Amino acid sequence: MRKLTFSQATCEAMAETMAKDDSIFVMGEDLARQGGIFGQFKGLPEQFPGRILDTPISETFIIGGGVGAALAGARPVVDMHFADFIGVPMDEIFNQMAKARYMFGGQAKVPLVLRAPDGMTFQGAAQHSQCVEAWFPHIPGIKVVAPSNPYDAKMVLIAAIESDDPVLYFENKILYKEKGELPEIADQVPYTLGKARVEREGSDVTIVSYSIGMKNARGAADLLAKDGIKAEVIDLITLSPWDKETVLNSVKKTHRLCIVHEAVKQSGFGAEIAATVAEEAMEYMDAPILRYGAPFCPIPFAPTLEKMVRVYPEDLYKGIKGMF
Amino acid sequence: MATTKAAQAAYTQEQARKFYETMSTIRHFEESIKHDSLAGEIPGFVHLYIGEEAIATGVCAALRQDDMIESTHRGHGHCIAKGADVNRMMAEIFGKKTGMCQGRGGSMHIADFSIGMLGANGVVGGGYNLATGAALANMKVLKNDKVSVVFFGDGASNRGTFHEAMNVASAWHLPVIFVNEMNCWASTTPYRTTCNTENISDRAVGYHVPGMIVDGQDVFAVYDAAVEAVARARKGEGPTFIEAKTYRIEGHYVGDPEFYRQKEETQKIFHDTDPLKMFRLKAAKLKLMTAKDCDAIDEACVEKIKAAKKFAMESEYPDSSEYLKYVYVD
Repeated sequence: MRKLTFSQATCEAMAETMAKDDSIFVMGEDLARQGGIFGQFKGLPEQFPGRILDTPISETFIIGGGVGAALAGARPVVDMHFADFIGVPMDEIFNQMAKARYMFGGQAKVPLVLRAPDGMTFQGAAQHSQCVEAWFPHIPGIKVVAPSNPYDAKMVLIAAIESDDPVLYFENKILYKEKGELPEIADQVPYTLGKARVEREGSDVTIVSYSIGMKNARGAADLLAKDGIKAEVIDLITLSPWDKETVLNSVKKTHRLCIVHEAVKQSGFGAEIAATVAEEAMEYMDAPILRYGAPFCPIPFAPTLEKMVRVYPEDLYKGIKGMF
Repeated sequence: MATTKAAQAAYTQEQARKFYETMSTIRHFEESIKHDSLAGEIPGFVHLYIGEEAIATGVCAALRQDDMIESTHRGHGHCIAKGADVNRMMAEIFGKKTGMCQGRGGSMHIADFSIGMLGANGVVGGGYNLATGAALANMKVLKNDKVSVVFFGDGASNRGTFHEAMNVASAWHLPVIFVNEMNCWASTTPYRTTCNTENISDRAVGYHVPGMIVDGQDVFAVYDAAVEAVARARKGEGPTFIEAKTYRIEGHYVGDPEFYRQKEETQKIFHDTDPLKMFRLKAAKLKLMTAKDCDAIDEACVEKIKAAKKFAMESEYPDSSEYLKYVYVD
């Protein structure tokens, strides 16, 4: 086993896929000269000269041009810089990228990956800190992933690049520096888009999350374990299409469900999971479904305010204890 | 910025015939669509290209089949000029499964990727980035010499996407041609009330993109401009902006009551500048085709469009059970 950071793992994914397929290229702001603002493209411009492009600050072009490049037969990886800027190319995402395959009756495909660093750092403030993944599983035609650890970061990115469908890849800024174990390249297992992982088995409550929310899920599971409550922790990995079967099988066993994400709780992706379980497994539930997410508030700058919009493992611990 | 007149270069009779046949096909196709839409037979919105035929025809005549075009909601003319099968176009507009989008797109999303027609776009200004991205891919990634064209109207040139695409196309010398169909109307809004430049192509100067103004009713002039732009693009010398002056004869959509303008005015403009009429005059002057030659083509087009309508009527709708097909590839 090797130890790599999340950021290094994404670089490995890029290097492996780009070495095999010349039609893959990357474009975005501050990638070629800087190696990405979070170092997530480090070394790649040197290894693949001319295939990592620094664009103007033109998000409709970065994403829309990526769609056009895909329609012409290339396989673009386009970078959003900060997920907070994804509002600018929204038309390009939901009216062009998501619809080309369907509305042209299968003539076209958009094998594009949109990489978007998201999430709170410290005092990043309102427009550089957001988690916006919930907007996108609502759009038919695109796929959405949000890996939580370096091994997944690599294999999910490879799967996204190799998919012929457009994939939005949300990568959390705090996770970039976190180290995790990866097998030797020869032993790595491909990821299948749409599959969740039961990271920890348990019998008493199911905790579902993805991306950085998994830290809360794991933290809560550890606290509960001290009280003899065995939590089953599921990493969704893919949000669209999400692995309903794995979650439903779990709640049918544990009878309790808690969902957590860093993003705002109201209309967050947890709502989709909660509603689905309520619809399809109501009779198995022994307690109301709990959701944890940020309060309905723009992310503040001052540390005394910013801490109020974070979610902590203790929050889940208290809530889940109340389920018993 | 140059104003290009049609050069008295040698056009062959073959070229002339092709010009007229394409324009006549578009005209008769659109007349048929207009009739059927007013009769309530065509669902959804249709936007007609009547009076603008010379632009699509002239530009596409300068392209190869593997060159790529991005079209607009007013896309039937571009589709025909790029070489699409009118039977399958008609079927698509009627929502039949034999349409090139298998009935899933309709008029506003008509596309034929096999001939480089990357789609009509229902979002005004949606095509610039797609065409520019295609140009980027072709030049720098796939490393071929294909050229992209984006058609757009005067209204569309006010969208931010225009500016992003023009800037990067110029900065990176991309093989994309911006063809502005300056038809004076953005739906109900006349151009000069929302734009402070006399010509849209005045903006090209700001992006350091060579621009030309042509008479969009003169297919020969449009063709000459397009030939020049295509040559520039294929040599790697970057984008060109062609502003083709025309006029939107019909309303924005079929059924538009046109409260915002006088019918007499539009009819007079049509009478004076109808591109098919302009062609007949020029072709006669250049001794390329006679009125009889043109009439014969018109008659053949009438039959061709009748046959297309028949094909569409006799085709089936897609099976309801297949509504989820093509959401994803995988």
